[in-house]
Amino acid sequence: MESAHESRPDGTDHVVDPLLDVALDAPLDAVLSEIGDVVEDSTFPTVRRWRERGGRVVGHFQVYFPEELAHAAGALPVKLRGGQVERREADSHFGSYICSILRTTLELGLNGDLKPDIFVTHPICDAARNLAGIWARNVDSPAQILYLPQNPNSAFAAVYLEEEYRRVLSDIEALVGHETDDNALRQSIAVFNENRRLLRELYAIKRDRPWLLPLHEAYVLVALGGLITREEHNAVLRALLPRIRTRDARNRDRMRVVFEGGFCEQPPLDLLRAIGEFCYVVDDDLLIGLRWLLDDVSVEGPPLARLADAYLDHSSYSPVQHDTRKPKERMLLERIRDSHAEAAIIAAAKMCEPGLDEQVAYAQALDEAGIPYFVTEFEEHMTGFDHLQIQLETFVENLLFA
Amino acid sequence: MNTVAQEPGQADRTAADRNAGVHDELVGRGARDGAHLFREWFAELTHAAETGEQSAYVFVMGSMVELLRTFDMHVVFPEINSLQTAVRKVSDEYLSLAEDHGYSPDVCGYVKADYALQLRGGEHPMGRIPKPTCAVLTNACNTYLKWGEIWERMYGTPVLAIDVPGSRGVLPYAALPAAERERDRVHVERQIRELIGTLEMLTGRAFDIDRLREVLDLTNRMGRSWRRLLELNRASPAVFDAMLEGTIYLGVANALRGTPEAASYFEDLVEEMEYKVAHGIGALVDAPEKHRLIFVGVPCYPIFRRFYQLFSEWGGVFVSSTYTWFASGGLDDEFEYDLTRPVESLADGVLRGVTRAVDAMLFHDKALIGAIDEFHADGVVYHPVKSCRTVSTGLADSRRAVLEQRDALCLYIESDMMDKRVVSEAQLKNRIDAFFEGLDSRRIRKSRQIEDGDPDVAAPASPGPAANGI
Repeated sequence: MESAHESRPDGTDHVVDPLLDVALDAPLDAVLSEIGDVVEDSTFPTVRRWRERGGRVVGHFQVYFPEELAHAAGALPVKLRGGQVERREADSHFGSYICSILRTTLELGLNGDLKPDIFVTHPICDAARNLAGIWARNVDSPAQILYLPQNPNSAFAAVYLEEEYRRVLSDIEALVGHETDDNALRQSIAVFNENRRLLRELYAIKRDRPWLLPLHEAYVLVALGGLITREEHNAVLRALLPRIRTRDARNRDRMRVVFEGGFCEQPPLDLLRAIGEFCYVVDDDLLIGLRWLLDDVSVEGPPLARLADAYLDHSSYSPVQHDTRKPKERMLLERIRDSHAEAAIIAAAKMCEPGLDEQVAYAQALDEAGIPYFVTEFEEHMTGFDHLQIQLETFVENLLFA
Repeated sequence: MNTVAQEPGQADRTAADRNAGVHDELVGRGARDGAHLFREWFAELTHAAETGEQSAYVFVMGSMVELLRTFDMHVVFPEINSLQTAVRKVSDEYLSLAEDHGYSPDVCGYVKADYALQLRGGEHPMGRIPKPTCAVLTNACNTYLKWGEIWERMYGTPVLAIDVPGSRGVLPYAALPAAERERDRVHVERQIRELIGTLEMLTGRAFDIDRLREVLDLTNRMGRSWRRLLELNRASPAVFDAMLEGTIYLGVANALRGTPEAASYFEDLVEEMEYKVAHGIGALVDAPEKHRLIFVGVPCYPIFRRFYQLFSEWGGVFVSSTYTWFASGGLDDEFEYDLTRPVESLADGVLRGVTRAVDAMLFHDKALIGAIDEFHADGVVYHPVKSCRTVSTGLADSRRAVLEQRDALCLYIESDMMDKRVVSEAQLKNRIDAFFEGLDSRRIRKSRQIEDGDPDVAAPASPGPAANGI
């Protein structure tokens, strides 16, 4: 399916047939609230519209996927991040000690609300890798595993990853029924470069003037990118970022914190809203996969090789990647320093082995650095936040009045 | 059904052998010798800890022990160290210490026990564990990587990760196109060559390819015996309990892989088991084998012996265990290292071993269905554990798939391999008792249907030694 956009002479894109049914010129608070509703809507209206137009959907599980591959082939890459869905069937396919995001992601496949035409997972953790086998046994759409190198320090990792990308691309090509050339990939890389630039702008607002963009609003703006075409996401960000910058909002006396622990299972929006009531979250790792590549990817040379290089050498960090060049606790300290944060919230999803393991290293590093932090666990389905709010309020007050 | 199938004159032969002392020498030799070898191994590790000799930390899936032996490094298996704390009833001390340092109750108990062991200076109920000179690991289990990061942080240990790609989609790895598998093998080989360079640097020794050939040859010998051992348990009665004794054999196979001692041990073990098959000596000492079971998962080490008894008391014998597949480092595969091209072949072996292990978890429904048929099993016991999502994530779903395709009774019991706080013996017993009652009543019902001449019910085929060509 052709992307529903056309290029302007200045190289930007104009969306002619948007998937997002939100009037962007409405009052900003209303627009962001409506986008939040779309992000939380477990019927996935934007994806449904895409399908109704005959489009194909590549569903990719957390954390990172080179969405440019799906985009270049004319498919819609959709980030599978679980969701607020009732687990009617999926629970019977898992035991007790498994995180929620696996269950809700399978539920989406089983109940058909977001059954992608192809499902791609990654061996980011032992549970996620097994999800491919479970998906394959129960959902009548193909499942794939993309092997992102866990030995990125090998001199051969980039060569191998490029081949992996080529393999996955050929599966997507088979899905859409046509081949994709390097020019299409370069054009997609350019679209995503623009998206990454806009997301960096969004995070600059969070960092420099966090009162203009509360945590939950920033989150839904990022998450929206996983549900619509990137051209449309770019258009949304271009329309809204200037309005956010000139928003009438007062800088309050709140602590600047970094939120860490949102790389895979996502905290419920109400939890993010609750955190935002007590502090300014000036940086985070929420949906880090959508912001994994830190710089523009070169459009010169072989595009798959450039994407592989970017994944390995110009990328963020998360507990699911082992790279001796990026010790995660050091990266967290850098994130705190670069965002001028005063403290950190070290969260982990329940039953998340990588996240829970990393909490210990983070806490030790923060202790050594003398940076205050607050450790907590969450689950995407949690509904009560009173206890957490009291704890967080106490934490903040202790620091403010220490 | 009494499945003890003896041939005519067998009892006389057994008696004669016993008189000659053959019986006493052979039966139980594997358990005795295995325990002795294990104690010796821990004594060597203790010596290494005391003298500062170099040690490599490795894991059972993709251990690459053969390569490390060529550099004369001691190999330490943190998984084995940790499970030994549970078997020896002290894991709670280690888990508590790790949790005091911030580890969640919900993460891998092996990791936590090892973390505490390091804090305690290597103190272990079997001796003292040396600190790591390096850690060599694969991505067969992602927790290996998180585990390695602990030693990186604690000691600055070089963590040498080998990326081993696995199955890509809905089919087991072996079904991938040959070109893709070769691409993966080359990727593993390149990393092994990088690893060799690092090991040369760490040890100050040059890589000796002839020494690697010798070690690989020893693993080949052991692998032949290992496969024969698993095959022998198709006999009726089964000659060892794959969950209890199979786990002990696994320990020796991993810890001493690539040594002359291990190669000889498993040849002796095969001799013992062939003797038992020939003489109809089953795994159960005081009772006939009533139910042939397959075990899926990792044993319940905090009550290891009692866990076994909960099944054996009902005449249940684990004739096969997925543990002896995925934790054997590929020994269950009909593969032998090609000694004319050792490094290339090592890469092949690591790739095959790891992908086979991962497939034994991703697609074990297919393997289980095959095992049910081969071993004439009438029940499957799934034991997912809190500690290990690698092994446990797919079990509930696999059980559904097996139930749809085979008329075998399945039991699904959750506990842990390390943490006795989530091991409820009373609840386990209730579930296990109900499982056997179901197996018994099913057998009675079937017998009656056969007696009544029900054409839909076939008489059970005896999987005796002769019938299986063992």
